[in-house]
Amino acid sequence: MFDKLTLAAEEATEVATEAATKGEKLSIPDAAVTAVFGYAVVFFGLVILMIVLYCTGAYFKSRDAKAKAADEAAKKAAPAAPSAPAPAIEQKLAPGSAGHVKLFDVPDKEAAMIMAIVADKMQTPLNELHFISIKEVK
Amino acid sequence: MDILETLETLWEGSGFKSLFTGDGWKNLIMILVSCVLLYLGIKKKFEPLLLVGIAFGCLLVNLSYFVGGDTADALYHVDLWDNFLDPEHADYHSYGAIMAHGGLLDILYIGVKAGVYPSLIFMGVGAMTDFGPLIANPKSLLLGAAAQMGVFLAFFGAICLGFTGNEAASIGIIGGADGPTAIFLTTKLAPHLLGAIAIAAYSYMALIPMIQPPIMRLLTTEKERQVKMEQARTVSKTEKIIFPVIVAMFVILLLPSTAPLIGCLMLGNLWRECGVTERLSDTVQNALMNIVTVFLGISVGATTAANRFLSPETLKIIVLGLTAFCFSTVGGLLVGKIMYKLSGGKINPLIGSAGVSAVPMAARVSQMEGQKANPKNFLLMHAMGPNVAGVIGSAIAAGFLLAVFK
Repeated sequence: MFDKLTLAAEEATEVATEAATKGEKLSIPDAAVTAVFGYAVVFFGLVILMIVLYCTGAYFKSRDAKAKAADEAAKKAAPAAPSAPAPAIEQKLAPGSAGHVKLFDVPDKEAAMIMAIVADKMQTPLNELHFISIKEVK
Repeated sequence: MDILETLETLWEGSGFKSLFTGDGWKNLIMILVSCVLLYLGIKKKFEPLLLVGIAFGCLLVNLSYFVGGDTADALYHVDLWDNFLDPEHADYHSYGAIMAHGGLLDILYIGVKAGVYPSLIFMGVGAMTDFGPLIANPKSLLLGAAAQMGVFLAFFGAICLGFTGNEAASIGIIGGADGPTAIFLTTKLAPHLLGAIAIAAYSYMALIPMIQPPIMRLLTTEKERQVKMEQARTVSKTEKIIFPVIVAMFVILLLPSTAPLIGCLMLGNLWRECGVTERLSDTVQNALMNIVTVFLGISVGATTAANRFLSPETLKIIVLGLTAFCFSTVGGLLVGKIMYKLSGGKINPLIGSAGVSAVPMAARVSQMEGQKANPKNFLLMHAMGPNVAGVIGSAIAAGFLLAVFK
């Protein structure tokens, strides 16, 4: 059955190619088969791509889940300090954090710009200001 | 100097004389058409970035190229490109002849003919597109595939109306709602129809907010339109970087004829996502995209020479193009309804209409219709998945048609 369909599609493709090369018109049945076959090819291509995306997605989801589980395990294993108040939200430092200033979700260029604006608004030289952290308020 | 003789020579060489002799009236009609297109682009804002250029290219070619007249100073020469495509002519596939004898628009058109501009536009589209919604919900690809229905129905319709296979394939791709893809395929298969197809494709893309909503309301119930979809998962940076590489490898291996379009689309997207080529991504999204848009618009407009454009075929193309757009919307909505049923009512079928690849216009229409039914509905990000899937789907459809008819 599948072989017959494949052969029919191949024949239709050959007829279509020949007609196009010669500049002839396609017959209506050949055009119908070409249209159905073409639509099927688009579906085939995108369904395969969908399967590939599901596979890669599943891999990354499982990797993230493992990383999360490892993080939680590490937190539980660490000795708890009952007297010290726990930080409200633990955030990863953004790349570009240097010196005493802690940057959260803020690129170093934007941090530099913010510091310059603050210094300008306060009419205070930048070297007299002490920034502790810069965080984007979402 | 004989003043009268000089005046007569000037008159003989003047376009005013050509306008009122022989087939000059056709040029006059095309000049009016170009003014209408300019109005639509400037006043009505129909895809103005391209339509204004196309309209002005149309104006320029019809002011300077008169069949039977002196074409030495014409900006675009239809006859040179006919020779270029004639296997028995000495100038067959000779870009040298075009460079030697062509006008400004002939030279710019080489970029269209060689498939350079549409591919570069795709590079810019890739750099501007966030494939995250598609990666988060790969089922969107089914909607992108379904929305190519109009391409193949219009192809079939064009064959029934007497077009050849090459012409029908070029007309059908209008249903992909993707201008660069339509231009790319038409220059390869039926360059004599390029002007009509490009104008139809861009006009209908601009009219999507008017074409799609009635079909969406007709094919979906109020209850279906009200469905609020769950938020999609967050996609990691690594997934976004791997995605263009996987798509390029897979689609190009499946259909090598899609290589220029898919290759450029995915390269642009990789530049955007990889995080180490911000300068290139920025250039491709802005400067390069704008430069190519200038060249593409004006040179596509140049193909609307009166003797080619004013024919019954143009009217048929306009009707078939509209049919293609409508059926592409229908295809996406029908598969959207199937997904709604299969998911137990979790998927809003309105996102199916965004499978036509006009990005982001079609997704915005899904969002607007969804919000009309339920003001708390935010479908935009869900509709972006099928929308960008449609770009890949239309490129695959074009690749198939190119492989069959080239």
